Amino acid sequence: MKRTVENIEEQFETFQILNEEGKIVNEEAMPELSDEELKELMYRMVYTRILDQRSIALNRQGRLGFYAPTAGQEASQLGTQFALEKEDFILPGYRDVPQLIWHGLPLYQAFLFSRGHFHGNQFPEGVNALSPQIIIGAQYTQAAGVALGMKKRGKKAVAITYTGDGGTSQGDFYEGINFAGAYGAPAIFVVQNNRFAISVPVEKQTAAKTLAQKAVAAGIEGIQVDGMDILAVYAATKQARERAVNGEGPTLIETLTYRYGPHTMAGDDPTRYRTEDMDSEWEKKDPIVRFRKFLEEKGLWSEEEENEVIEKAKEEIKAAIKKTDEQPKQKVTELINNMYETLPAHLQEQLEEYQAKESK
Amino acid sequence: MAQMTMIQAITDALRVELKNDENVLVFGEDVGQNGGVFRATEGLQKEFGEDRVFDTPLAESGIAGISVGLATQGFRPVPEIQFFGFVYEAMDAINGQMARLRYRSGNTMNAPVTIRSPFGGGVHTPELHADSLEGLVAQQPGLKVVIPSGPYDAKGLLIQSIRDNDPVVFLEHMKLYRSFREEVPEDDYTIELGKANVVREGNDVTLVAYGAMVHSALKAAEELEKDGIDAEVIDLRTVMPVDFDTIVKSVEKTNRMVMVQEAQRQAGMAAYIISNVQERAILHLEAPILTVAAPDTVYAFTQAEEVWLPNYQDIIEKVNKVINF
Repeated sequence: MKRTVENIEEQFETFQILNEEGKIVNEEAMPELSDEELKELMYRMVYTRILDQRSIALNRQGRLGFYAPTAGQEASQLGTQFALEKEDFILPGYRDVPQLIWHGLPLYQAFLFSRGHFHGNQFPEGVNALSPQIIIGAQYTQAAGVALGMKKRGKKAVAITYTGDGGTSQGDFYEGINFAGAYGAPAIFVVQNNRFAISVPVEKQTAAKTLAQKAVAAGIEGIQVDGMDILAVYAATKQARERAVNGEGPTLIETLTYRYGPHTMAGDDPTRYRTEDMDSEWEKKDPIVRFRKFLEEKGLWSEEEENEVIEKAKEEIKAAIKKTDEQPKQKVTELINNMYETLPAHLQEQLEEYQAKESK
Repeated sequence: MAQMTMIQAITDALRVELKNDENVLVFGEDVGQNGGVFRATEGLQKEFGEDRVFDTPLAESGIAGISVGLATQGFRPVPEIQFFGFVYEAMDAINGQMARLRYRSGNTMNAPVTIRSPFGGGVHTPELHADSLEGLVAQQPGLKVVIPSGPYDAKGLLIQSIRDNDPVVFLEHMKLYRSFREEVPEDDYTIELGKANVVREGNDVTLVAYGAMVHSALKAAEELEKDGIDAEVIDLRTVMPVDFDTIVKSVEKTNRMVMVQEAQRQAGMAAYIISNVQERAILHLEAPILTVAAPDTVYAFTQAEEVWLPNYQDIIEKVNKVINF
């Protein structure tokens, strides 16, 4: 009898287009992207790296609240988002704020989310997304519902959701991919496998050799992608999107990536569970470094251009923080008013109590 | 007007709303072809098609989770949790997610979901079918919790719940499904959520109850009448929000109150309601408010169920205590 768990990695061979040296190793899989689009990908990755650096600095100065660093994961985050259309719906995890920003969320609102102000979650009309999910995996079942709704509406759009390697251990992960599979719903489930769920390594998370193979049990497509290669991430997502809108069902995409920073800025110390060797091994795979080499070779990118992006990012972040600072403080009365469409009597009483407190 | 059981009235309410609003979707385990384990959705898939009335995979968190997702696409989901004891599987999806969508999004999104679910003791179910878990959802801001006591109320309250733009947990006591019939209008009508119903007027003591316990309270009131005690019975209909105005108005008249619930006593509706009533009406009270509730054990194994469940005699006993205080 054939054993099923042996040789599973052959079925889920890592999909790569651009290697660590910035060379195309899979010409036939090269997505159709114009020079302008290639430059845009680079622009976004550099910008997002600066945003991460500034966010960490602002957090350390006490000027930002909850923040989950993103450096290292730019290709996984931005490559998937770049394959989307405006009408597609994002259900992010808490580290997935960059995708929201490139989907149209104003930067100052991302900062407000970090600072714990509800206006950060009041997305402008046309930004199709939920706010970042805190519970690991809850967004997976919701994504199946968004996708099912799109199918019922006959929309040519997808729901895309994100979790990490740890998220694949949750019941909701399996329920989400299974529901979407059963309904043939247009969903894309992204697992950014950055090797650690806070401190627990993926080897302790599961006996599965890949996370992509979890798709098999749900009867949906699964693919493992080099998550430091933005071209491969983009191509895999683009293909998953096409399949989804053509009624061919959902796809699970595992991206192999790494977070350079701590889990969040709230006291996590990665030296307790990772070695410097491991860090530097992954930094060699850096998505920006390899894509820069690729673009420079094509004559599409220069140090000067990169510096312009960095300056622009810094200026826009500065302006956004200023706008964040200018937002009125939120009130408990506003929170009370956001509970129900019509306030029940007991909350009406409490509203009056807090109106009195807040008018003092 | 037709004579209907509560289960028929519920099916009728679902039919009315499936007809009225094309955004209404009815789904859950076995609700499609099978028409639900209690036949609450009998014939609805045939009438409205598989796109509107459909079976789900067997996973409660998934059922509640897709409801939130469907709401983002403008649907008005009416999922069924097959028995409310299974709700533990869906606690994050309901209390952690669905209840908070409006709040979390700063009032830019909402989840007009009505979760229907059977519960309630006395029908000899296996474990985790009969438990009164309304307190778990009533404690979560953002939810409304409705518990009808009979066919007429069930239809009007369910239609109103489905039309409500916030999530409602609609709990159906299994013992009431087929135990009696009532006149139920065939057209649509609604009963406001958060408004209690004075089902029996009286001057000596106020009995506050909901769900199947309303009938125990009414039976107790009948018996008490023979002893010259005139009890007023209030059916809460909605346990979140609670209609304190109606309760307080009654207590101001009767000066005595007994709170009745099928759930265990610990940290439940009774504690919440009594604390509010004493804050609002203590100077009108001639006696402490007493509670009739189940003992603080896990729901009884079926062989002890009849004694474990509160009944009308327990109510009479407590009424006599507040009268003779």
